[in-house]
Amino acid sequence: MTRRRQTGIFLTALAAMLAVAVALQVVRDRAFAFSKVDRRLLYVSNAEVVRRAALSYDALLADVYWIRALQHYGGERQKAGRERHYDLLYPLLDLATTLDPRFTVGYRFGAIFLAEPQPGGAGRPDQAIALLEKGVAFNPNKWDYYHDVGFIYYWNLHNYEKAADWFARGGSLPGAPFWLKSYAAVMLTRGGDRQASRAMWTQIGQNEESDWLRQTAQMRLAQLDALDQIDVLKRIMNEFAARAGQRVQSWQQLARAGAVRGIPVDPSGVPYTLDPNTGAIGVATNSDLWPLPTEPAAAPELGGAAPPVPR
Amino acid sequence: MTTGVVRTIAVSVFRESVRDKVLYNLVFFAVLLIAVSYLLSQLTAGQDMKVIKDLGLAAMSLFGLFIAVFIGIGLVSKEVEKRSIYSLLAKPIRRQEFVIGKYLGLLLTLFVNLAIMAIAYYAVLGAVAWVDGAWFRPHWEAPAVDPALLKAIAMIFLQLAIVVAIALFFSTFSSPMLAAALTFGLYVVGHFNADLKNFETVVDSKPVVYIARALYYLLPNLAPLDVKSEVVHAVPVPATYLLLNTAYAVVYISVVVFAAIFIFARRDFK
Repeated sequence: MTRRRQTGIFLTALAAMLAVAVALQVVRDRAFAFSKVDRRLLYVSNAEVVRRAALSYDALLADVYWIRALQHYGGERQKAGRERHYDLLYPLLDLATTLDPRFTVGYRFGAIFLAEPQPGGAGRPDQAIALLEKGVAFNPNKWDYYHDVGFIYYWNLHNYEKAADWFARGGSLPGAPFWLKSYAAVMLTRGGDRQASRAMWTQIGQNEESDWLRQTAQMRLAQLDALDQIDVLKRIMNEFAARAGQRVQSWQQLARAGAVRGIPVDPSGVPYTLDPNTGAIGVATNSDLWPLPTEPAAAPELGGAAPPVPR
Repeated sequence: MTTGVVRTIAVSVFRESVRDKVLYNLVFFAVLLIAVSYLLSQLTAGQDMKVIKDLGLAAMSLFGLFIAVFIGIGLVSKEVEKRSIYSLLAKPIRRQEFVIGKYLGLLLTLFVNLAIMAIAYYAVLGAVAWVDGAWFRPHWEAPAVDPALLKAIAMIFLQLAIVVAIALFFSTFSSPMLAAALTFGLYVVGHFNADLKNFETVVDSKPVVYIARALYYLLPNLAPLDVKSEVVHAVPVPATYLLLNTAYAVVYISVVVFAAIFIFARRDFK
């Protein structure tokens, strides 16, 4: 047998054995679900321990934990029709930012993931603030973190005094944009005003370097548009109900009466929902705008001056 | 001491490492970087440049560490085990020339290794920057092909130079296994060294604090040589800091190599 023939037989046998090994794995994985690896596992949760053990490879390990945080967030977010558990999100982000305390995106995007209400996010603005405060402690001159904390107090917690305080502190830092200080004034005077929200999201949309944040701002602005449209639709519906002496049962009923032109759709192009029993109008769960944010309530200083907001 | 002899020994160490296929790690490095940069673009939410920079620097450091330790520990002990030391020392070679030549030879290997890795690293960064284009550029804290990265690479080289000196030192009197364990041990200690300096926050005993402080200055202090994260985040690293680190590394290496020569000169090979 020639050497070339021997090599050929050897390589063929090797490929055949490898194919058998692959086939066996496929059969096993199909037959036994328990061979799945539990991805919701965090071997070490103490960030400081990990940082010390990482020696000089802490930045690389921070990247690994950042990718894991993204996978965890994305994985949970994509789960359809099930309850979403973002319980590993904060520990993973804490690990990433402890390992690399300059990881700006880790703090800022991480805070958004944490603050976003369920099911789109963890619904934990407290953890988002804790993460950003950690960033502030490491880099007290980074105005972006102050802005983000202020925004969470404003948008998620509706605590306008705290929001104003953080905006004012951020605005007084060197290099901070001029509009940050004006946010503080807006918070104290028009905290729950939808127009104030619109102005702030427009500002973010125009000034953010991150495409993702710009897209988020656009989505928020579209949600605010949807809230405006819902207000108008409610008024039309109430007027119709008063005239007809009966509750509106469907959009078709309104359209037939000429009160609306066809079935009204939200800014993403998906028809609004109408509950015939309660008369509640909302965006559909398959809309890009779902769920609509819980709108900030009117600032106490204004009393009833702010326009009525549908709940 | 003749520089010609030292050069000959150094070049032979370099050639031997090339013959031992040490530079094959460069292929792994290049494949790793290219594969990771391709995969990461989908995974990191616009942070691929940071991750590629982190990974490249960490891989340079890690690959270099393995070469420094696993070749360094055999520099002298292998010659003794193979009994080639007898024929070498029978020649007109002084023992200090032998030790210094061995050290410089491995240093040359590491330098060439690191230099080629740096070229591949910059090539990958340039390619990723070209592919990403203007889309991700606003997210970058520093330019993709950032000359400041060379600062981190230079500091990695200094770290490795210290590790080689330590490995060579242990290689002169202990077995390769023990030398490897001790070198890795000192490498780890070198990153925890700052704790020894601030020992008074942990214990009240004055003598213990003084001993810890003495160990802080005696043991290799590698953590300050790590500027990878600073460079990636575009934090300025002053030239004075780099110069002081370089001076420290040169002096520390001289001490360790001198100690290695001292021990090796007194070894009896009869």
